[in-house]
Amino acid sequence: MATFRIKRYNPEKSPDSYYQDFEYDFPEGATLLDCLNEIKWTQDGSLTYRMSCRSAICGSCGMKGNGHALLACQRQAAHLMKDGVVTVEPMGNMTPIKDLVVDFKPFWEKIDQIKPYLKNKEKPPEKERRQTPKQFKVIDDASTCIMCGACYSDCQMLEVDGNFLGPAALAKAQRFVGDSRDTATLERIKELSQPGGMWDCTHCGECVERCPKPVKPFDRIKELMAVGLEQGVHGNVGARHALSFTKSIKKSGCLNEATLPVESIGYFNFKGLFDLLPVGLRMLFKGKIPPLIHKSCEDVKDVKRIFEELGE
Amino acid sequence: MKFALFTGCVARGATRELMLSTKAAAEGLGIDFVEMKSAACCGAGVMPEKSPLLTDTLNARTFALAEEQNLDLITICSTCQGNLKKSEYNINSDIEYKDKVNHVLKGGGHQYQGGKIKIKHFSDILATPEGLQMLKEKIKRPLTGLKTAAFYGCYVLRPSELSEYEDPDNPTALEEIFEALGATPVYYESRIKCCGFPIIMMNKDASQAMAGNALIDAIQSGANCVVTGCPLCHLSLDSYQPDIESLREKGYSIPILHLPQLVALALGYSPKDIGMDSHIVATAGLDSILAAHA
Ligand code: FES
Repeated sequence: MATFRIKRYNPEKSPDSYYQDFEYDFPEGATLLDCLNEIKWTQDGSLTYRMSCRSAICGSCGMKGNGHALLACQRQAAHLMKDGVVTVEPMGNMTPIKDLVVDFKPFWEKIDQIKPYLKNKEKPPEKERRQTPKQFKVIDDASTCIMCGACYSDCQMLEVDGNFLGPAALAKAQRFVGDSRDTATLERIKELSQPGGMWDCTHCGECVERCPKPVKPFDRIKELMAVGLEQGVHGNVGARHALSFTKSIKKSGCLNEATLPVESIGYFNFKGLFDLLPVGLRMLFKGKIPPLIHKSCEDVKDVKRIFEELGE
Repeated sequence: MKFALFTGCVARGATRELMLSTKAAAEGLGIDFVEMKSAACCGAGVMPEKSPLLTDTLNARTFALAEEQNLDLITICSTCQGNLKKSEYNINSDIEYKDKVNHVLKGGGHQYQGGKIKIKHFSDILATPEGLQMLKEKIKRPLTGLKTAAFYGCYVLRPSELSEYEDPDNPTALEEIFEALGATPVYYESRIKCCGFPIIMMNKDASQAMAGNALIDAIQSGANCVVTGCPLCHLSLDSYQPDIESLREKGYSIPILHLPQLVALALGYSPKDIGMDSHIVATAGLDSILAAHA
């Protein structure tokens, strides 16, 4: 026997949500969605959630199991049980509408924001625009997104800044930036370099864990950053930070923590530099400022040789 | 026990107390750490934004250096750990790529074989049955009464397939170490969250909201201090702590320790010997807790 501890919410009856326990002795191999269906059909018809394909294809059944976003139809209940309990909650970073159903509006708005369609001003060819398998491989992973919202739900950046585009929209952006048939790369990258864009990703890797498909949004964000640097879109803190960091390693083999913040913020960004002052002074008083004369690692010549051989 | 020690850049710069306490902990435990003085930076997840190939080649050079000494490589930074593991994975999952990397290394007289040495975080060698037994045997000053909250750092947890932990959503390595040292682990939700450091310069408000949420969670769960295996988390949670608005509003503050400091403390080293006086948030309160239980 298992207990399904489900977060319930019905604003028509009460503004407060609450947890309700349902007991169900599920058969071997039952998915979480199978269990929810059984509970709805035999115990409480008012239990509300989205579902359709039952095959991890449509992306409807996103919810949280034991605190992390997943597809209910993709995960066996037995694997989710902890001391006989499976905790089920609506996805995060979106407003609940009823029980496990959340409002996807901000999710879709952000997908919209990255212009998820091919942009190509050239005259269309007589037949279709073709890609080689190699060209397709660049966008293969991002193309598998089923828009379930799992990455959006658990994104740690979105928890503190709703302005962030989020992993799904950024992965979708990579699908077009990397598309050999799309000609708006520079325009897209400039948009994506704005505050709230790709450089605001905090590298937590949570999206990669929660994505039920091979999209790996964080990896796609990294690819976008590389394109940004390659295309010369350097007028932002994120790009300057990556360039300064790499330059520092080339010079000495290890990071120069004294120059990195200043070069990243920008020498003429007085407000930004002023903001660095309190922490800088605090660290200075405690002797935590890195040595003024930055020491190179031993055999730094070999490190430089590697940079040069790779054309960096 | 002899290992190649990959110190990482931050332990040699802004958090030199990490280096100091690592040496103390190693001395107290009888571990021989051979410092890898010619290893380059791991890339910290930033250099791959510029070039994954460059990052992987520099890291392959680091692995080759450890192979040449026939020593497993130990990191003292979650970020170094995750990034070295990522390069190890990239290189070993594609034979043509590995050849390309080795071709570049050749000019410096190095070759990376792969599979010969292990890459582990300091905590990984302590959180084994033998490691925990060793801690229990060697401690001189059990940390009785100290409520310690672990802060893991993203890179030792995610991506989960590169993590050393069986269940990276529910890790216990640091808590097991705390118990062996006589401290009381505090379990709280944010222990597996991001500290916000990577975006401190891009989006300071969001970065500090993240750090603040985690610290408030730790404090409200009853912790006396937060202990981390990542010096970047330490910078975010300690050096920047006085700037965190959500903490200031509540009048909260909490000392942040490096894991080797906690170990060295239990091994009998004085807080000053292991650089605890160089922290931004004072750690003196911890002394009185320990004294009250002594
Ligand atoms: S019901 Fe379609 S993905 Fe789960």
